[in-house]
Amino acid sequence: MKILVLMKMVPDIVEELEVAADGKSLDREYLRFIVNERDDYALEQALLLKDRLQATVTVVAPEAPEIDDVLHTALAKGADRAIRVSGIAEAAGTRATAAALAATLSGLDGVLPVDLILSGCQAIDDLDGFLAPLIAEALDLPYLGLVSRISVDPGAGTAVVSKEYSGGVMGRFEIAFPAFLGVQGCEKPPRYVPVAKVRAAIAAGGVEVVAAASGTAVNPLEVTSMAKPEETGHAEMLEGSVRDVAEKVAEVLAARGLL
Amino acid sequence: MAQAIVMEAPAPTLAGLLASPAGRQLLSCIQCGTCAGTCPYGDVMRNTPRRLIGMLREGFIEEVIASDDLLSCVTCYDCWAKCPRGLRLTDVLLPLVKEQVLLRLPQMPAELQSALSNTLRYGNPMGESPRKRAAWVESAPVPVPLLRDLGRPVDVLWIVECYAAYYPRGQDNARATARVLGALGVDFAILGNEEKCAGECARLVGEAGLFDTLREQNLATFGKYEFARLLTSDPHAFDAFSYVYPMLGFRRPVEHTTPFVAARLDDLKPRLTRELGYRVTYHDSCVLGRHNHMHDQPRRILEALPGVTLVEMTHSRDNTICCGGGGGGMWLDTFYKAKGHPRLSDRRVEEAAATGADVLAVSCPYEVPRFEDSLKVLGCDDRMVVRDVMELVAEALAE
Repeated sequence: MKILVLMKMVPDIVEELEVAADGKSLDREYLRFIVNERDDYALEQALLLKDRLQATVTVVAPEAPEIDDVLHTALAKGADRAIRVSGIAEAAGTRATAAALAATLSGLDGVLPVDLILSGCQAIDDLDGFLAPLIAEALDLPYLGLVSRISVDPGAGTAVVSKEYSGGVMGRFEIAFPAFLGVQGCEKPPRYVPVAKVRAAIAAGGVEVVAAASGTAVNPLEVTSMAKPEETGHAEMLEGSVRDVAEKVAEVLAARGLL
Repeated sequence: MAQAIVMEAPAPTLAGLLASPAGRQLLSCIQCGTCAGTCPYGDVMRNTPRRLIGMLREGFIEEVIASDDLLSCVTCYDCWAKCPRGLRLTDVLLPLVKEQVLLRLPQMPAELQSALSNTLRYGNPMGESPRKRAAWVESAPVPVPLLRDLGRPVDVLWIVECYAAYYPRGQDNARATARVLGALGVDFAILGNEEKCAGECARLVGEAGLFDTLREQNLATFGKYEFARLLTSDPHAFDAFSYVYPMLGFRRPVEHTTPFVAARLDDLKPRLTRELGYRVTYHDSCVLGRHNHMHDQPRRILEALPGVTLVEMTHSRDNTICCGGGGGGMWLDTFYKAKGHPRLSDRRVEEAAATGADVLAVSCPYEVPRFEDSLKVLGCDDRMVVRDVMELVAEALAE
């Protein structure tokens, strides 16, 4: 069984995001990037399938700051192959990135076809969750998103997949390979890999670098402006001893006619 | 195509263990069981330290690794302190197999995983922004210079460490320490956002690779500057800088704030004029107290504070009771709870409350949140507060 995992980096919101001087992009000075959390779950799901079945796992990610740490970590966790795709501009936009990745994947030696492609179903810079289905469409693969469980029958080339709907309703689907699944979560959190193993992976230098297929990255959307949400109000913190705070709470309630 | 990468560190073999001086300590054990009796979790571990040593030297290494008993070690150094053969169980012998225990866990405890991942990525276990490490300086009562900005050698490089830099009650300690250093006229500076966790707890929980990474990063930062000595309020960092960083050539005196101030008490005494009126009991931290025998210095300071009456707990000095936070214990509370282990800080706070003191004084930043939580759990938070010794000194300083 062959599994391909697509991962990408997103801004790390541990640092406060600032709008750059151009008024339509993020200020890069202190911006850090972190792997999209749902892509990390997609990798974990792939590795869980590898643990149980005879599977190979290939990870592909577009170039971004700190991406090599993510790819080396994936190798240290047990991925068989890790590929960084250079030449896709970070600001390319979801559609252009999807087109570029799909075209690049098709041209890569020994990557496609696979039985399953797994990727996060959403990212903080792709809340609508377009990237994965757009890639699936470009590769002419059926897509199912918001997947939280995958149980594979390797002999039959099928899998039973659980997908979450709003209101806590779960749907179960039987799918045939090949398929593209947008992962929301999996049965356990992403595994920990000791730093010594990541350091060994870095020393072994196993990340391959390929150039994105040219002529595909056309962005049909333009960001015209970016701004922080306007502050419309804020919480008032009541300070002091328990007695002081209790009195202030009573005053607030009385002032609003609630007592 | 990438080549296959072989990265699985092999599980240690008996021959492998016995090939190193550290591992050969196994052969010196007389199986007296003192370690099992003194271990704060000895009564709830499936295999006590004595049994673990017995199993290791009979070659039952897989069995030791498969049981997760080693994760119950909160590195209190009690087994080491009491061992009649002087075996370094805590920081040398047991860590030889502890990494494998972590590796084989079916699921890493979530809080520990997040603390270790955060420490690698952000340099602190809380996952706070590395750019906010020196944010507390803005509220410091005296100027706290960054070494980078000073542009000159400094006498004392103060390593604030994670809990004092980020944790709100830890920042009280940082501000108090700044005030005391200022009062003493110490020529000091901090690294600010360049500082990263010293890594001692990562090392002792079995994450040697993370420790190595942090040590390399910190040593590279130290190498950029000139300073005569290191000062830290975190006993774990004190241990790392004193005993483990030197293995990579770091050669600078290392001091902990409590003994540092105790040694300069005569200079400070004329300014310690504010009457505190507290009945104080002092908790000896495992690392500063039991491991480094610095029992007298904090007591000398407390006795010099106006209006402080010092009372002792039943277990003090080398017999102190662990707060349960060392060696990764800070991030294993849920794991221990699931196993039915008692919370060690509760045991300690019960004893502290029984003294009738109204202040529980500490010298380790881990103890403030641990003991404050226990005071609330035990319903004693209306009659006792936890204060770092430095906070009490700063309070006693005249304006």
